[in-house]
Amino acid sequence: MSGDLSVHVEHLTRRFGAFTAVDGISFDIRAGEIWGFLGPNGAGKSTTIRILCGILAPTSGTATVLGFDVARDPEAVKLRIGYMAQGSSLWNDLTVEEHMRLYAGLFGLSGAKRRAAVEEWTARVGLTEQRGVLAGALPGGFRKRLALGCALMHRPQMLFLDEPTAGVDPLSRREFWDLIVGFADAGTTVMVTTHYMDEAEHCNRLALIYGGKIVARGTPSELKRAPDAGVTVEILSERNVAILDALDGVPFVRSAALAGASLHVTVDDRRDVDGLRALLEGRGFDAGPLRDVTPSLEDVFASVVRSP
Amino acid sequence: MPNAAAIAISGVTRRFGTVTAVSALSLDVVRGEIFALVGPDGAGKTTLIRLICGALALDAGTLRVDGVDVVRRTAAVQASIGYMPQRFSLYPDLTVMENLRFYGDIFGVRAAFAERARSLLDEFSLAPFVDRRADALSGGMKQKLALACTLIHSPPTILLDEPTAGVDPVSRREFWRILYGINRAGTTVFVSTPYMDEAERAHRVGFIIGGRMLDVATPRALKDGMRGDVVEVACGARGDARRALHGDPCVRSVEIFGETLHALVGSAEESIPALTRRLEAAGIAGATLRRIPASLEDAFVARLAA
Repeated sequence: MSGDLSVHVEHLTRRFGAFTAVDGISFDIRAGEIWGFLGPNGAGKSTTIRILCGILAPTSGTATVLGFDVARDPEAVKLRIGYMAQGSSLWNDLTVEEHMRLYAGLFGLSGAKRRAAVEEWTARVGLTEQRGVLAGALPGGFRKRLALGCALMHRPQMLFLDEPTAGVDPLSRREFWDLIVGFADAGTTVMVTTHYMDEAEHCNRLALIYGGKIVARGTPSELKRAPDAGVTVEILSERNVAILDALDGVPFVRSAALAGASLHVTVDDRRDVDGLRALLEGRGFDAGPLRDVTPSLEDVFASVVRSP
Repeated sequence: MPNAAAIAISGVTRRFGTVTAVSALSLDVVRGEIFALVGPDGAGKTTLIRLICGALALDAGTLRVDGVDVVRRTAAVQASIGYMPQRFSLYPDLTVMENLRFYGDIFGVRAAFAERARSLLDEFSLAPFVDRRADALSGGMKQKLALACTLIHSPPTILLDEPTAGVDPVSRREFWRILYGINRAGTTVFVSTPYMDEAERAHRVGFIIGGRMLDVATPRALKDGMRGDVVEVACGARGDARRALHGDPCVRSVEIFGETLHALVGSAEESIPALTRRLEAAGIAGATLRRIPASLEDAFVARLAA
């Protein structure tokens, strides 16, 4: 049912010289869903998004966005999407309001409609007070907000957000996501990359890309319950950080990380939980009960992706 | 003993036109600690860091690094600190080794350079990439190289402005492992971060809002000092449950947290029965509610919402 798909990608590959950035990936994004693309830096996320936005040509394979082939009809794609690039897409010597007016104009709004859109979106991304400030003088988080406003103001059917919240404070991140979820509820399809695993939880479906290939995919729950996800236990201790350091380099510990106020430790199987308890006691930690928990997406991410 | 402070900030103010970015701010950073600076966008984090390293002039107040006045002896201070700015400080068309050498030359590291560079490259697992151009490094490796350049002259204090923004979780952990090693070896670390799990690992945390330092304390003390409790709500329909809880008068905020919701309430004991009833009334049965310890992010959001 291709009519319900906003994005359809088949065997997509992109090479830069001898380097294969995207290596034969296939996936679909359904209309109205929030689809998360996770992976380490340099895994191929931004390259894929840039191909889907019609900015970069694929080396081989096909991709359609909203029914248009991105290689044959990139301009039709560009008109219908919103794209928030990872790097800065702002002009340092234009003000917030000038950016908004420029983008509104680029997307064909004029007169009263343009003024209303500028007003509305400046307010919705929380920059009304900063409307006269040059983009170059804005703090990092505000720059992200401005870029988001510019990407959204023509109400695109499909949004590509490449790390929209990198460097944004926790409260603003939550507000961002309320905005994004609201758009998806109203029918906009969203493809988003993020390094914040709490944000990935908002996605309907996720794919994890590593070395140009998709290595895991599914809903957040499916990813966390995958048979090879290991066993994750929660430790609630006053000495979380000390325990974290003690677990550094322990061979049977796949991943250990702070999750809010608790510590999540992922090991290969049940027997290792006993090993973990023995190790902690041996080092004098009172770790309390090691409660079984569903791993967080960060636990899953860290156990799939190994640091280079 | 003001001289015991690695960084002594006293009544510092900085204005940009009509905006007061940093406002009569005082803070002592203790030698040997990891101090994390957290705050909303535009709170003054970057301005404060740039004031400390003498890249910006003060409008009022005094600022000393290791007892040396930043205004009067800017050059001396700059030689004794390492500063890693938010935007990349690397030269993309220079190799890893050339970048290191460039920073070494700027800071006058001559005789000690070869050994210092080798030890940093080993410690940061960058040795196999010495001849690679900086623009061909992955994001995580760029961050490590930038940190190595910051450390080339063995400064006793380093200032890092959001060093891990945009870095993936695995590289982020490695970066912090390295930071710990440096700190254990005696370097004072002053770091701003939007990641609350990172701040949780600092010795002390400062909340900066509107150019003022609101709280400075250990992560534990900040969490203990939070007014209100966090209730974890585990149930099927997160979105519906969130909407149902939003309207409850005892709920200050409710956020999706993994597969659960975290509701900030005045008192967990009083709220849990009321919230359970509210969920049932909204047709959400079988929810599990329990009080959980607050995270630093909870404390931060509660502080901002106050």
